[in-house]
Amino acid sequence: MAEDTWATEDSRLREGLRAYRLIAVMWIRSTMAYPLSFALTAVGGLVVNGLDFVAILLMFSRIDTLGGYALPEIAFLYGLSALAFGFADLAIGSMDRLGTRVRDGTLDTLLVRPAPVLAQVAADRFALRRIGRITQGTVVLGYGLAACDIAWTPLKLLLMPVMLASGGLIFCAVFVAGAAFQFVAQDAAEVQNAFTYGGTTLLQYPPTVFGKELVRGVTFVLPLAFVNWVPAAYVLGRPYPLGLPEWAAFTPPLVAAVCCALAGLAWRAGLRSYRSTGS
Amino acid sequence: MGSARLYAAVAAGGFRRYATYRAATAAGVFTNTVFGLILVYTYLALWDERPHLGGYDQAQAVTYVWLGQALYSTLAVQGGGFENDLMARIRTGEVAVDLYRPADLQLWWLATDLGRALFQLAGRGVVPFAFGMLFFPMALPDHWLTWVAFLVAVALGWIVSFAVRYLVALSAFWLLDGTGVTQTLVITGMFCSGMMLPLNVFPGAFGEVVRALPWSAMLQMPADVLMGEAAPLGTYVFQVTWAVALLTAGRLLQSAATRRVVVQGG
Repeated sequence: MAEDTWATEDSRLREGLRAYRLIAVMWIRSTMAYPLSFALTAVGGLVVNGLDFVAILLMFSRIDTLGGYALPEIAFLYGLSALAFGFADLAIGSMDRLGTRVRDGTLDTLLVRPAPVLAQVAADRFALRRIGRITQGTVVLGYGLAACDIAWTPLKLLLMPVMLASGGLIFCAVFVAGAAFQFVAQDAAEVQNAFTYGGTTLLQYPPTVFGKELVRGVTFVLPLAFVNWVPAAYVLGRPYPLGLPEWAAFTPPLVAAVCCALAGLAWRAGLRSYRSTGS
Repeated sequence: MGSARLYAAVAAGGFRRYATYRAATAAGVFTNTVFGLILVYTYLALWDERPHLGGYDQAQAVTYVWLGQALYSTLAVQGGGFENDLMARIRTGEVAVDLYRPADLQLWWLATDLGRALFQLAGRGVVPFAFGMLFFPMALPDHWLTWVAFLVAVALGWIVSFAVRYLVALSAFWLLDGTGVTQTLVITGMFCSGMMLPLNVFPGAFGEVVRALPWSAMLQMPADVLMGEAAPLGTYVFQVTWAVALLTAGRLLQSAATRRVVVQGG
């Protein structure tokens, strides 16, 4: 019995990924029909995101450290945050349009198609131009890595890709949970910006900058701290936020798995509560 | 007299349109508060490191953050007001109907945007600011006249913002697709208005240039009036100069557009 359930889950997952890939490729093709427009919006996105870091550079034209962190270390945190968020944003960032689909009733079309709804919604209007954010994050992370004096060990090297993948998944979970919330609060789509864009902005700065209550909140309630703060503290050899134990730096994959599971449950509950506008 | 009533009705319509979406307003308030919280902590760390940076003390820096969050949607610093509607109407050709109306195109949209701005000041601005006042030490004036002077500066800042966005919207007569200019508006709005970092912190000649651009009339100047860092009169002169220049440019562009451009038909 249990084995059967696993087998169905597995095939559903594969089916979902296939649907996602097909829809995403379709959107990429449609974007590429206007290559100049694509290039301009991608570069524009890169500039918009880059300004974030320019603001930090401007700050550092007046100071040497912020919250006890020097510029290269902040660039390291910034790059990790921007990359993890950039992956999630590229993969399923269009999900915040779900509220619109619920309101105007176009979600019905997705419900009757023979493919998992989550995959369809996630791939909807797949925006390749969002690689702008990833590019910018890579450049800043590259600078951080080059300028930081890190005592590399094999374990630290291994932690880097693990941290980025887990961070991306944590942000994906936030996107999915936010979309699930939109089934209930259609117009309130903007709330999730506080956690997605707000989250990545928060993680660009060191935890020492923020109030203890806020750090507790993003560690134990919405575990964004595991995207970069906690694992990066290990890589940089810095004290952990909230005095967490050293092994906490290796828990991001676990945290990401729990987040995804919870977000999946929220999504199912949201989808079940969906009622069409009927128009 | 009659035309004043018309524009008042248009403004009331703009107000009601935004007032309809209560959940969206609540969501906006929540998001602005969260962003304010993040910014406040980074600013506190920054001013901790460098007290009196840009002539502000910590309480003033905190006040600046919450002012920014309160005025963000009111002034449509990054766009998001009437200009998207107008651009869509230009693209579809519906603007021809607007031009036939016995009302002035610029004043008509100014009135709708006034309604929007007033609602967003009350609906989205007050709560994040009150939250900031409750939980952080702020530098607020003792005299009520300063508040009046501040509100005048906000009103003038809004007119400058409108004038910039009107130019952006009219560009659709030639470009049809407004994505590029809208994106430019987002970038300049975010950076040059001082939304990310107060303009008086910007270093050297770069700072001088940014502070002379129209965007500094939107957030930086009203904030300085409220905190007693700038004389109201000089501020108003700067704001009115930019408002008049940009509104006139809007008029000229409008007459060029209506004379030369063939409206999209369908």
